[in-house]
Order: sequence, then C-alpha cells, then structure tokens
Amino acid sequence: MAKIIHKEALNHTTDLIEIEAQEIAKNYQPGQFVIVRANQYAERIPLTVVKTTKKTITLIVQKVGYSTKEIGHLTIGDDVLDVVGPLGNAIEIHDIKHVLAVAGGVGAAPLYPQLYAYHQKGITITLVLGAKSDSYLILEDAFKAICDHIYITTDDGSKGLKGFVTDQIKALLDENTYDHAIAIGPLVMMKHVVALNKKHQLHTDVSLNPIMIDGTGMCGNCRVTIGNETYFACIDGPDFLGDNVDFDELIARQNYYQDEEHICRLKLVNEDE
Amino acid sequence: MHNQSPSKRIHNFDEVPLGYTKDQALLEASRCLDCKNPLCVPACPVAVQIPEFIKAIKEEDMEKGYKIIYQDNVLPSICGRVCPQEKQCEGACILGKKHSPIAIGALERYVGDFGLSSQQEITITDNHQKIAIVGSGPAGLSNAYSMRKLGYNVTIYEALHDFGGVLQYGIPEFRLPKAIVKQEIDKLKTLGVHFEKNSVIGKTITIDQLFNEKDNQAIFIGSGAGLPRALNVPGENFSGVYYANEFLTRVNLMKSNDFPHHTTPIKVGNNVAVIGGGNVAMDAARTAKRLGAKNVFILYRRDMTSLPARKEEISHAEEEGIDFRLLLNPVAFKGNNYIVNQVVCETMKLGEKDASGRHRPIGTKTYQTIDIDSAIVSIGQSPNPILSRTTKQLETDQWGRIVTHDYQTSIPGVFAGGDVVSGAATVILAMGAGKDASIYMNQYIQEKRS
Repeated sequence: MAKIIHKEALNHTTDLIEIEAQEIAKNYQPGQFVIVRANQYAERIPLTVVKTTKKTITLIVQKVGYSTKEIGHLTIGDDVLDVVGPLGNAIEIHDIKHVLAVAGGVGAAPLYPQLYAYHQKGITITLVLGAKSDSYLILEDAFKAICDHIYITTDDGSKGLKGFVTDQIKALLDENTYDHAIAIGPLVMMKHVVALNKKHQLHTDVSLNPIMIDGTGMCGNCRVTIGNETYFACIDGPDFLGDNVDFDELIARQNYYQDEEHICRLKLVNEDE
Repeated sequence: MHNQSPSKRIHNFDEVPLGYTKDQALLEASRCLDCKNPLCVPACPVAVQIPEFIKAIKEEDMEKGYKIIYQDNVLPSICGRVCPQEKQCEGACILGKKHSPIAIGALERYVGDFGLSSQQEITITDNHQKIAIVGSGPAGLSNAYSMRKLGYNVTIYEALHDFGGVLQYGIPEFRLPKAIVKQEIDKLKTLGVHFEKNSVIGKTITIDQLFNEKDNQAIFIGSGAGLPRALNVPGENFSGVYYANEFLTRVNLMKSNDFPHHTTPIKVGNNVAVIGGGNVAMDAARTAKRLGAKNVFILYRRDMTSLPARKEEISHAEEEGIDFRLLLNPVAFKGNNYIVNQVVCETMKLGEKDASGRHRPIGTKTYQTIDIDSAIVSIGQSPNPILSRTTKQLETDQWGRIVTHDYQTSIPGVFAGGDVVSGAATVILAMGAGKDASIYMNQYIQEKRS
C-alpha cells in the first residue's frame, strides 16, 4: 500500500497526486511508469511517473475512465492498494541541439520528465502545448521554466492559437529546422504529428500508453506493431520511435472495451447518487 | 472421484472434481500393496513417501498422513489437483500393470485438504542469515519452505499483487480454487516466511541491491515462464486475439468473470478459437465456455493422440463440449477495422517422427476459414526477459532460459530453478527444482561463511 501525501487538482478533470513509494523513487529513471490498482476490485492501470523525491513519486491522473475516476476519489491520507514499478525503460535523450516537443492534453504529464532531462543536457526546447481549451492546459508554468519557446494551441481558441497542435507545427516547420521531435498525447494526435514531421524528414519519439495488466511482459495486451515487428509497450517501451508505429491498430486496441467501460461508468453514476 | 456434471459446471467456475469422501479415501487406500521397494516414490519429483502416507490413511490417522506428505511437499492440496500423476507416481504404480493404479493424486488431495486448517508443528532454529526468492510460484514456494526449515530468514518477492505465480494467474479456479492457494501460502507465512508483493526484481529492486542493500547471502530465481510465444502470423495483433496469459490473467487474477463488480473486462463472443493443445489451451477453452461462448474450438496442428495436455483435462474439455478441430494450423487472422472475425487455417497431415518423438505436421496447401469472435493463442511461454535484461552478468540461452550448473547461475550466490531454467513445464517439476536448489544454496552459504 502507498499513502497519498499530497493531492491537487490541475483542472476539473486532472489531479496531481504524490504518494509514498521509496523503493520506486530510488530506482526511477525518466520515462518509466508504475501500475496502480486503486482497490481490490479495480483494474490495473499504467501511469507515468512525472517526478520523484527521495521518498515519493508524483503521478498525474486524468479522470476520464472508470479506473482513473476511482483513483480520483482517493484523498490525502488514503492508501492506494497497489503500486508497482518503476516499469518500462528509461528514455533515450538524444545528443542533439534543438528538440521539437509536442504535448496534447494530459500527455503533458509524461512529456515533462523527458523535457526536464533534455533541459538538463542544455538542449534547446521548442514546445507546442495543445489542449481542448484553456482550462485543460496543465503544467504550463513548469514547462516555462525549462523550455526556450512555448506555443499554445486550443481547439476552441480560448488560449493561444485556435486549432490543433499540427496547425502550429506546420507553421514552425516552414520557418525552422529541428534535430528530433517528441510527441506525447492522444493516439490520434501522435499519429498526425508523426505523419506531418515525416514529410519534413523529422523523426518523432512517441510514448505509448496502451491497456496493460501486469506491466512486466506477461500478458501481451500492450502489444504494438512497428514496421512488421511486434513490441510490448511495457517491456520494450513505453517510448518508441514513432515513424512506423501502426497507430490505427493501436487506436482499435485502445477502444476494444468501450462498451464495458460504459457499463462501469454507469455503475459509478449509480454509486454517486 | 465424482465430478460436477458437465451441463452444470459450464455455467460456473466451481471446482470440477468433487474430492473423496472419507469412505472413498479409505477404500482406495486399502488397495495399496505397500511395496517394499515402491516405484511411486522415485517417480515423484519431490519424493513424497507415498506408501507411508497411504498407510496412515488406512490407519485413519489423517494428521499423520498429512505430516508425512508435508515433509517433502509444501503444497499437497495443490499437487493433488494439478500434478500429471499418470506420468509420475500413478504411472509407476505396480497395480497399474494389470489394473488401475492407486489414485495417489486423489488421496494426496484428500489428506492435503484435511491439513489445510491444521496447525504446523515444525520447529525452526533461526540462523539469522537472509536469502531472497524471486517469484512466489511453485519453485519459489518450495525453495522458501526448504530454506526456512534450514533456519534461513526468507523473503519472497512477487511482481503481481497476489501470491502464487502461475497458481494464481494461470490455472483456473475450476481446476485449482484460489482459496486453497491462499491457505497453502498462509501456512508458509506461519512458518515465518516473508512475502513482498508488487516487487519486480530487476526494476523495483535489483539483484545487486538484494545483495548489497538487503544483505542477502544468496538469491533463488524462480520467476517462471511468463512471456507468451507468438504465432507470428498476419493479424495476430487485431483486437480479440488474446494470448492465453492475458486471457487467463484477466479471469484468474483480475476476476473479470465477476465483471462489472470486479472492473477488469473480458469478452469472448459466441465463437472462440483456442490455438494449441496443451494444458493451458484446455484451461483457456474451458474458461471461454464458462464465460458464455457458444462454440469453442481447439485448433491443433497434430492429431488427438499427440495432444500434450493431460488426459483428464482433455476428457473434461470434451465433456464440456469443446470442439477439437485437428490437423489445422492457423496461418492468418482476418478482421474488420482491426477486430478479428476469421482465422485461416492450413490443413496438415502427419509426416515422419521428429526429435520430440511425435509425428511432424506437414502443410498440404489446402486452407479453410473459420468465423470467430475471438481467438486465444496458447502455444507456449518463454521466460520473462526483465531479469536478464537488467542483470547484465546473468547468462541465458537462445530461448531466454537462465543457464545453471547445479542450480547455480553465472552470478555467484544466485541460483535458479523451475520454468525459468527448463522452459514451461509443470508445477511439480518446478517444486522439485526449488527443493533441490536449497541443498546447493545452503552449501554455498555455509562454505562462504567458513
């Protein structure tokens, strides 16, 4: 069990929680994740570790599904039943001069530790931070401290450029060149960013967050097709060069249990009443 | 032994064989010849004193019978249920030459269940030296028991949130009730063995840290064979194509048969193809049936007599209406919007015997397509690569199995046994390895200290 010692709402759908997990914090490297099970009936879900202290790890949870909402119901002093990690591999920080980073929605959370590592190496960072609207933007101040240029886009134009991250990237790629890109966000966003960057001969790292159970290479639920090869996001990733990832297949795998998700959410509505 | 009727049991996850009554156990025990040189004992990987415990049953002293088994076998209730007795003790029983052998498994189960609730009276003298065990499956539990009896301070590290390894995530409830797994493990806790869940060795704690920070004198790796083997055919990553590990873990560990009360979902649809012919394939097929699938096919590339599964599992599957479609080898999955809806199979014929002594299946270039809603790939498992990837000095072979000599790995003080060394095998062989390895571990530690 791991006690929640700090919790704050980053916006109306996203919480930051800091939990006691000394052993995980000790071996953690940027890019790694944990698997969390909120209670004895809950699913096991993967969450990226955003930062650590000597004794704690910090997670950012977007309460979109049943399991993440269950975690959202926990408050300071509560225990998370199971937290296991750090899982997956540390990210590879490329030896480059200028990186183009792209975050969509809560994808800003797993991107943060990666950019922090780039920042520490003295690499110039241009960030495109996208969200549905102003109120969905997270970690803006944290990014300001480590990024050289930040461009904000919102779908509704409530802040920054009105449009998608790709609209901003197009404009940037017309004027500038970058050595490498990283994109983390919804699968459909990563798909479009990778495709756009490819046209400009820019390679893009992506971080994948598919459905997982054990997170240790046992179940194979998290498999992803890259080129003609199969990889397990849990033990081969979660970060991959995105250029040849089959995003359409991943989107289908991500949505496979949508009906069942709905059944669970109905349960949540009934419990709330 | 009586079984739950097939028509009833396909609608529940309760255990299929109902177990002996006392009268049945006494009657069966009375058949034992109590051989002077019993053939059954050397045929048992952990050398349970079989005639001795059967004699105790005859004397109606179940307590004594239990003590005799527990000396050598830390999981009698489990082994009584899942051991391939027909290839081991019962296969060697002299009575089997003319009649049917003694039902040693059923008797072990009877005595084992009797002992589940009894208190341990094993005296342990602590030697205050620590050892660590990686994995709480059969190999690890057996090693823990042997090392604890020698006085060691034993900690078992488990990656998942429940203990038992394959006993927990792999073998279904209807073959091995999880309450029994828990009770067997609780007995080890009362002997003073420590259990740490959510600990992935190599990630949460490294092998180096187990030695240098946790002060262990030796380590036993019993992390099993958890990595699913792929068919490597087109469409294998479509949704609805499960590896048996995922399918069984969703049900056994995450209790998705109790969805939505337990919130991990599973879906099988009406027509399910299970690919493979081993015990895991039988478990997957019978689980799919219980989840409501109307038609469950086993697709196997050889014939009925070549099925590697235990006879009992095959006949239970047949009774439950599992449809064995033989001499078929899947070559592709077809789908709509990345969701599987068909499997294409090549018809096979049997050729010459291969190295395994079985007839080699040969493709005939004729194909058939079967409509399915889901498929479960169950063609074997390899050892999990996490430890070998994160422990550079640990030598493995081309199949990812840890290389050992007398259970000693390439790292001094690190021992290994069970599926991680042998490749996927049985519960009892892993237990045998865990038990035997303890002799070498003890020797290593004592020599180092002297």
